[in-house]
Amino acid sequence: MNVPIQTESDSKVLEDRKKSIIFKYEDGCTGKGIRCEVDSVSGAVSQRACVYCGARVVLNPITDAFHIVHGPIGCASYTWDIRGSLSSGEDLYRNSFSTDLREKDIIFGGERKLEAALEELINKYKPKLIFVYATCIVGVIGDDIDAVCKKFSDKYQIHVIPVKSPGFSGNKSTGYRMACNAIMQVLNTYKEQPKQKGINILGDYNLAGEMWIIKNYMKQIGIPVISTFTGDSNLESMKKASSASLNVVQCAGSSTYLANQMKDAMGIPYIKVSFFGLEDTTASLIHIAEALGDEKLREKAIIYCEKKQKELESTIEQYRKKLYGKKAAIYVGGGFKAISLIRQFNTLGIHTVVVGTQTGKKEDYEIIESIVEKDTVILDDANPSELETFMKERVVDILVGGVKERPLAYKMGIAFCDHNHERKHPLAGFEGVINFMKEINDSVNNPVWNYIRQ
Amino acid sequence: MLNYTNKKVYERTALRINPVKTCQPVGAMYAALGVHRCLPHSHGSQGCCAFHRMFLTRHFKEPAMASSSSFTEGASVFGGGSNLKTAAKNIFDLYDPDIIAVHTTCLSETIGDDLNALITEMKIPEGKYIVHCNTPSYKGSHIDGYTNMVSGFINNLAEKGDETNGKICVFPGFVNPGDVREYKRLLNIMKIPFTMLPDTSGVMDSPMTGKFEMYPKGGTTIKEIKDIGNCTMSLALGLKASEPSAQVLEKKLKIPYKSLDLPMGVEATDKFIMTLQEITKEEIPYSIEEERGQLVDIMIDIHPYTYGKKAAIFGDPDTVLGITAFVLELGMIPKYVVTGTPGTDFVERANLLFKKFGVDGCIAKESGDLFLMHQWIKNEPVDLLIGGSYGKHIARAEDIPLVRMGFPIIDRYIHSYVPLVGYKGAMRMAEFITNALMDYQDSHCKEEDLEVVM
Repeated sequence: MNVPIQTESDSKVLEDRKKSIIFKYEDGCTGKGIRCEVDSVSGAVSQRACVYCGARVVLNPITDAFHIVHGPIGCASYTWDIRGSLSSGEDLYRNSFSTDLREKDIIFGGERKLEAALEELINKYKPKLIFVYATCIVGVIGDDIDAVCKKFSDKYQIHVIPVKSPGFSGNKSTGYRMACNAIMQVLNTYKEQPKQKGINILGDYNLAGEMWIIKNYMKQIGIPVISTFTGDSNLESMKKASSASLNVVQCAGSSTYLANQMKDAMGIPYIKVSFFGLEDTTASLIHIAEALGDEKLREKAIIYCEKKQKELESTIEQYRKKLYGKKAAIYVGGGFKAISLIRQFNTLGIHTVVVGTQTGKKEDYEIIESIVEKDTVILDDANPSELETFMKERVVDILVGGVKERPLAYKMGIAFCDHNHERKHPLAGFEGVINFMKEINDSVNNPVWNYIRQ
Repeated sequence: MLNYTNKKVYERTALRINPVKTCQPVGAMYAALGVHRCLPHSHGSQGCCAFHRMFLTRHFKEPAMASSSSFTEGASVFGGGSNLKTAAKNIFDLYDPDIIAVHTTCLSETIGDDLNALITEMKIPEGKYIVHCNTPSYKGSHIDGYTNMVSGFINNLAEKGDETNGKICVFPGFVNPGDVREYKRLLNIMKIPFTMLPDTSGVMDSPMTGKFEMYPKGGTTIKEIKDIGNCTMSLALGLKASEPSAQVLEKKLKIPYKSLDLPMGVEATDKFIMTLQEITKEEIPYSIEEERGQLVDIMIDIHPYTYGKKAAIFGDPDTVLGITAFVLELGMIPKYVVTGTPGTDFVERANLLFKKFGVDGCIAKESGDLFLMHQWIKNEPVDLLIGGSYGKHIARAEDIPLVRMGFPIIDRYIHSYVPLVGYKGAMRMAEFITNALMDYQDSHCKEEDLEVVM
């Protein structure tokens, strides 16, 4: 069973938040569960972002799209080229386009400015694909971006896709869905392609070139990759997506919704995978081959993974010696990544003592509970003060998280690894296993910690 | 990189490409962090707060603590009053700040939440404070947001007592903690008692102690802010970011003010020191004379390398004008001078500088963006870019060295700890500029021209 928290840390946690934090009490999983998938408490220093942020991170890696943010300047500024997604072709997506709404537009409506912006853009650049993001106030001031987008799509015969993502209309997960809807609006135009053997990879954003690593494995095993969502993708690659025979979902949090839509509209089945860590990468590669129903591919995948595992054995052993017995905290976006990280830590003999996510689902938390050790703290939508309290209480050696967690860890004298947009090296696949161990080791065993005077 | 930037400059009325500004609330958040034991609070959707914290963390490499009203659909229809009430209660219960500084967002402004009325109705715990300001994201820029928050503290807290406290109030402008420390050093050398508002030093450059402090040691105290009404005068550094707050103080409590450009470079720092001297009526200490002499000595040493070199300078208005003045003092030509922040006097003041140094063909632009500046550079190139990290795309595309000064700098470290203001700051600027020019010469000259002695 799991119990609500009751320790000295009790006073540091809001009453409203207590159901979102559990301790693993003894071995096994009760399924009683944590409260998750709810709105953040007002006044909390939440690490969570908004609907727009969720939509933007999913769509941004589409390299030849114009991403126009319709709203005041901030939302465009904060998301300008920060995602770390790499491109093998166009770099258009690394620019920031917006309508920079001003007071007069708020009073008289912003539709005319949006139309003018689209005219300026279309006349100069002859774009093929434009996403128009509606931020917080666009709906409030009554702009009909659906109508504007349709007008321009019809007039110029190009894709002008509305992405309705006012920040208050849900959380980051809502934004993922809005992005998936936008992608589907493009895909639906080309959904009648004849099927061929091959996969689409969903939910990988080619951070530090991770999509290229996964694509390389597919090439080695002999599995054609038809298109990718959305790492290193473009309109041409998206057009072919409906011909795939299988969808492979890497980041389940952001892309399961898209996979379901594609299943309904194009009859493409999907499987969830994770390319983080040796265990999950191997299982995923074999799973993909199996799902394609090709025994030869399955054998090739097994042989390939065995070979890769062999290559890694001695390196893992080296790092295991250096990292054995350390204690880790995990605070990441989605549940699937947290699960992979716990497994990776288990392989290295590192104990995961605190684990949380921003948008994990009930079933993710059940798996997490089943694979962590006794006494591990599990939290949903944690705030810095909770993270601090539990990391201090559990004497954590390293935190894995994103941009806002880094300085928190450092201030506490705790090593850090960014597993989000600011990752320094690819962390996916077999290459990622080495990079991950190296990053953890480089931080945990760095001499710099010795100079802290308490 | 940035192949889409075409050389032909054309008029844009609606489309903003690659901005040199962001929205008001982030400036307000930064200002509020400069008050001791203050928690900035964003009255809007959750994403705003998350983006602003991320943005500040990326520049300062420090935790940026702030809370959010976490607007939902309901709040956006019925108003955010109850969210703010719940938030305030939760914040005082859990995070225990002495003061909450509320700023608005585009959403709460557009739906018309009246912060003053909402806060007046609230029950605030004994000895605690809630202050507020309006920061509509569709007006001005982050610089205006910063100013509005500083004015908010004055409006809500400053009082007039029976007698003067013999101090001057210093408004530092939108600068780094390192700059604030430099002001304080100079004020202390000149033996002038002062209150700095805000004082982000000791907060956004706090030292490593092995402990995470939600409220680090630094920041202006509430007591000091209340007492500002008893200052003899105020000194506004930076006309755009500081003068409006000095005017608010004058209007409310009849404190006279003097405003100066940011003390960047020789002449502006001279003016700053002379102003301090007028206050003390004492001789300027030799140590300051010595620093000035060193700076001029350095400028003479490097002048063969800087003279006639063309620079494009972009960023926040006060900082850009400060840098412009200094590069002119170095004999360089500030070919393009761009800020995204609206305000017509920027261009006038830049033109005055051009005229004073007799340089022709330089262009200044307010409400500009980096796309336009890039187009100008394509037409007539420069030797050096000076500004924040978002200049790096242009630097790469055109092979021009980029010297990082201003905000935001999210791809380098240490900048926030050390000054650009004062004679010491000018020495740093001179070092950056010459190093960039000379490194470029070393890496680009013909092999036979490579020189060890320069």
